[in-house]
Amino acid sequence: MQEDPKLYDYWPYQNRPKITWPRGARVAFWVAPNIEYYELDPPTNPHRKAWPGPCPFLPGYSIRDYGNRVGHMRQMQLLDKYGVRGSISLSTALCDHHPEIIAQCKERNWEFFSHGIYNTRYTYGMSEQQERDMIKDSIETIYRHTGQKCAGYLAPALSHSELTLDLFAEVSTELFGDEIALYTCDLFHDDQPTPVHLRSGRRFISVPYSLEMNDTIAYAVHKVEPRRYGQMLKDNFDRLYQESEESGTVMCIPTHNYQVSCPHRLKAFEEALEYILGHSEIWVTTGREIATYFMANYYDSTMADIDAKRVQ
Amino acid sequence: MPKGCNRVALDKEHLQYPHRSYGMDHDYYDWSMLSTRKPVNWPKGKKLALWVNVCMQFFPLNQRSEPFPVPGGMSMPYPDLRHFTLRDYGNRVGIFRCLKALDRFNIKATFAFNGYLAKRNHYLLNTIIERGDEIICHGWHMDALHHSGQNLEEERELINRSIETLRQLSGQEITGWLSPARNESRNTPALLVENGIRYFSDWVNDDMPYRFNTAKGPLWAMPLSNELEDRFILLNNLHSECSYVEQVCDACNFLLQESKQQGGRILALNIHPWVLGQPHRIGKLEQVLSYLSDQSNIWNASSGEILDSFIAQQ
Repeated sequence: MQEDPKLYDYWPYQNRPKITWPRGARVAFWVAPNIEYYELDPPTNPHRKAWPGPCPFLPGYSIRDYGNRVGHMRQMQLLDKYGVRGSISLSTALCDHHPEIIAQCKERNWEFFSHGIYNTRYTYGMSEQQERDMIKDSIETIYRHTGQKCAGYLAPALSHSELTLDLFAEVSTELFGDEIALYTCDLFHDDQPTPVHLRSGRRFISVPYSLEMNDTIAYAVHKVEPRRYGQMLKDNFDRLYQESEESGTVMCIPTHNYQVSCPHRLKAFEEALEYILGHSEIWVTTGREIATYFMANYYDSTMADIDAKRVQ
Repeated sequence: MPKGCNRVALDKEHLQYPHRSYGMDHDYYDWSMLSTRKPVNWPKGKKLALWVNVCMQFFPLNQRSEPFPVPGGMSMPYPDLRHFTLRDYGNRVGIFRCLKALDRFNIKATFAFNGYLAKRNHYLLNTIIERGDEIICHGWHMDALHHSGQNLEEERELINRSIETLRQLSGQEITGWLSPARNESRNTPALLVENGIRYFSDWVNDDMPYRFNTAKGPLWAMPLSNELEDRFILLNNLHSECSYVEQVCDACNFLLQESKQQGGRILALNIHPWVLGQPHRIGKLEQVLSYLSDQSNIWNASSGEILDSFIAQQ
């Protein structure tokens, strides 16, 4: 074990080279619906239990199923209304279980990125080969069912190993060459994209995917009231928009259909979307598009700035 | 040392996925998206069916916590007078405030009774029977949980005792069920069918009724939101009483809106006299009931009536 993951460099949030998003936009705004499958009775990982009680653990299992049966369509209709293309963090087994959902997302040209096979299978305890196999399975599944070469990764249930990001990039390189895997959503250290160190030396970045704005963190962990969640989203946007006068920022709303799409929570989410999208100079986009644009335009200048600011 | 050294491996079952195929990873019910189902119309052209479910519960002082302490149950060393009496408050004081509020706004409720509470408190049971409202079975008591560690015969007897006690004492048919803590063993749904139960409300995966399969025949699952219940919002999430009112009203408005495009919906409110029956909260229940009773598009009925109307349209 090491005291620091050594995945990125310290890079102070002041006097950074200015980022300008396409068409002069200041904030790159993306919504990342997690479309997940939780198993009723998965094998028990020795490091983390999937459910707090014996099988069948109804409260946990059934509300997540609600997300797919009921919630998905509600969030999709809301995002359609506001012209937002989702960037889906996908439990890729869902391609087999619920192909209807995949077809709807595909129809709308939403982006799919890998979130493992099931959200009840954790990376903890896997050998390097096992993690590589799991990641490869997830990337191939997305390709087979959607035709998309997945560019991003969010580890299933945020369960990581020291090599998670290396393996994602390496597997992608084996399958599709060096240009496809671009970004991870697993790191929460910044409000702008940042380069990530991989053992291969290959270019790879972190795209901000805010855990603080994540509806499950807000509702289930911090237990905030729905209207307060809506206000948090607006406040988060306001400050990122204000700061983006200096340099472009990224705002992400990670969602879950079993949280944000409950009837008593949709109003707060819709009000926040309406408010945010009422601003000019925002780029409503996807994870892949942010990563691609940053790679093409700012990766090198960012690396140079990081090097220049490194205190010897 | 390069990173990632010293890694062992998981058993190979962790990378095997025996249920990775179309539909659910179990046989309890079929996969079905709500938006693809046939629209439903409620009586008199109404859009939103309102089911208010009042939980009538007994929390024993000598709680066994098998296999876990029931949420809302005893949490201090024996004798936990604090939680015993706070829950008992609901059956002495809170319920009468709730009944008054329901009557004031002319809202019909359904009452989920622990069988043992009906047995130990005839006054309370008779109060509900005299109203003529539907009673559903809420298990034996709050510390008699249904769970996978239980053997089949033990659970069969528990379910039979709970339902039969309630049938005998109430004179009602008793066809609905809500498990204490909504906990079930793998056998619970089949045992309910065996005992003449027609619908249950433990699974929170839908906003409309759906067919549930058991080895003893089919059962209906009736939606009863956990996320919108008073105990969950006020005592689990620690949201304010005002926020409770706001959340119920937001849910009502959203479901009414959705029902315009997709057909009838159900607003199911699970409430507890020991939560909302407190002096500082009862006004919030009144606000909710007042708001709901002002809606022209709401059909207020018992859970059984809502299910009947739904089934008649399938």
